[in-house]
Amino acid sequence: MTQAFQYDIEQSGADTLRLHLRGRWRIDAGLPDAAAAERALGQGGVRRVEVADAGMDTWDSALITFLLRLHAAGRERQVELDLSGLPEGARRLLSLSQAVPARTDSAQAKPREALLNRLGHAGVREARAVGETLNFIGEATLSFVRLLRARPAFRRGDFFLLIQQTGAEALPIVSIISLLVGLILAFVGAVQLRWFGAEIYVADLVGIAMTREMAPIMTGIVLAGRTGASFAANIGTMQGNEEIDALSTLGISPMDFLVLPRLLAMLLMMPLLVLYADFVGIFGGWLVGVGMLDLTSAAYVSQTLAKVTADHFLIGLTKSLFFGLIVATAGCMRGLQAGRSAAAVGNAATSAVVTGIVYIIVVDAIFAVICNIVGI
Amino acid sequence: MTPDTAQPRDAARAGTGTQPPACIGVRGLTMAFGGFTVQRDLTFEISHGEIFVIMGGSGCGKSTLLRHMIGLLPPAEGDILYDGVSFWAKGDAASRREISQRFGVLFQSGALFSSMTLAENVALPLQHHAGLQPREVDEIVRFKLALVGLGGFEDYLPAEISGGMRKRAGLARAIAMDPDLLFLDEPSAGLDPPTARRLDDLILELRASMRATVVVVTHELDSIFTIADDSVYLDAESRTMIAHGSPRDLVHNAENAKVRTFLQRGEARPGVAADTG
Repeated sequence: MTQAFQYDIEQSGADTLRLHLRGRWRIDAGLPDAAAAERALGQGGVRRVEVADAGMDTWDSALITFLLRLHAAGRERQVELDLSGLPEGARRLLSLSQAVPARTDSAQAKPREALLNRLGHAGVREARAVGETLNFIGEATLSFVRLLRARPAFRRGDFFLLIQQTGAEALPIVSIISLLVGLILAFVGAVQLRWFGAEIYVADLVGIAMTREMAPIMTGIVLAGRTGASFAANIGTMQGNEEIDALSTLGISPMDFLVLPRLLAMLLMMPLLVLYADFVGIFGGWLVGVGMLDLTSAAYVSQTLAKVTADHFLIGLTKSLFFGLIVATAGCMRGLQAGRSAAAVGNAATSAVVTGIVYIIVVDAIFAVICNIVGI
Repeated sequence: MTPDTAQPRDAARAGTGTQPPACIGVRGLTMAFGGFTVQRDLTFEISHGEIFVIMGGSGCGKSTLLRHMIGLLPPAEGDILYDGVSFWAKGDAASRREISQRFGVLFQSGALFSSMTLAENVALPLQHHAGLQPREVDEIVRFKLALVGLGGFEDYLPAEISGGMRKRAGLARAIAMDPDLLFLDEPSAGLDPPTARRLDDLILELRASMRATVVVVTHELDSIFTIADDSVYLDAESRTMIAHGSPRDLVHNAENAKVRTFLQRGEARPGVAADTG
């Protein structure tokens, strides 16, 4: 096989160099080293370089990259490049690659910012995100006011479908999670309470923990992962398909048509799901109490009825309204903020779940503090 | 760079002070995303009843200009006037909404609501704005779908029909409210030549029958020569318009070689410019 990337440089005139290219100029041998040629171009007095085929076997993009380097060096040093001695195909490829000048001011070409600048921009972005969230909540509120004054902009069929999706279709996963949480609470409590012969208090522990904390939180988290992500993906896909733009140009508010029915469906279904989760969780505790701790069914039920008051249920149900709002708001807002690519839909769904779960925990903590202050 | 003006319409209009304002006037419009300017200082007018084509290579900002014109993106600078009324510079959200009610928009993808049938898609604007009885809405929907050759497809979902049919269904929805301003974003992109030709014929028919002003974004040369009365050419490199006039004039008389080259590629095809010019 002939040697790759052979060239020699000859002084053919007072200000003219001649490059003779020989051998194989194929990319499977790597890329040619143009340093010697570039150095030659930099010699004082050189104004013209003729590049000629002096017996190249074969060539491909390797030759073009070599010529591009020469071209760049020549332009920098104001040296004219004469390629007439090269195969026509190579000359055409080279001119094609230079036909459209590369953009130097595109967003991607920005220089890397200093750390402080980046921190500042991140801060501005976060502040803007808070503003966008408040704006979204304000627009949703206005949309709700419009609903009270006029007939709904959304379709009744869509609304009932959303109720089915957020409520009935979530029952299996809510059942499993609530039952397991009730079982776990009872197991953990039983291990400790047995030491004191106070197994009967497992009923208190499970009942109060489920109604006040675990049922709303676990249902909220399950719905954030299930329904919030679905809202974000659904609306994000509509964004990508220009359906949101189409709604706007048809004079229909996406807030009224898409967001409000989702918010309402969530507000209606979340308390019902939490109430259901309360009972399923208590049932899980009953299974452990009766099956493992030798408590009678009547004793467990009567202890639960005595200790789990309406206040506990009401606190849990109030939380559920807030959690429902958070999940639906996060899902719809991230969907509307999504970009127009498939990846953006995935990001919107992820962001909706993360936002939903974080805010559920934050609001639950606020509730804990308020309940402590009020003494309930 | 000074744009070519193969047909000095604006100059003629400017000379007669008593003439009514143009249907659409774009005034010194600059479009930007963040710090990146897409197009700057665009100025042109579109007359009533005209089919006006915004042309240019990929990525030059044609669809972005359309989004500014239909109110989806605010300009960085400049204004758009509809019958002499400011849309962006002086117009508030309420006045923009009022002007937007004159618009019918066909998006590049058709943008049909995937969960609704074709009939439901077309019915949506009628249900929201027309105050018609369901039976009347149904009648108009059938008429509009028949107008675009989709009679009998009322109960199909967008996923169940072809790309060309989706475009036509999108067009049926765009004309549902009988708009006097029709904006079409790449109507024939991705369609086979006979289907694209049928869509062009449909656009010409709709213009003639509805007396609408039609703004079309396209780089499909067959379409440009078939439907355009007037046009601008947006250049990605200089980021402004470099030609304004009828494509049939620009194809030979545009000062900028880039515009001539762009249009002459279409002229070389049999039966394109030759039989329309």
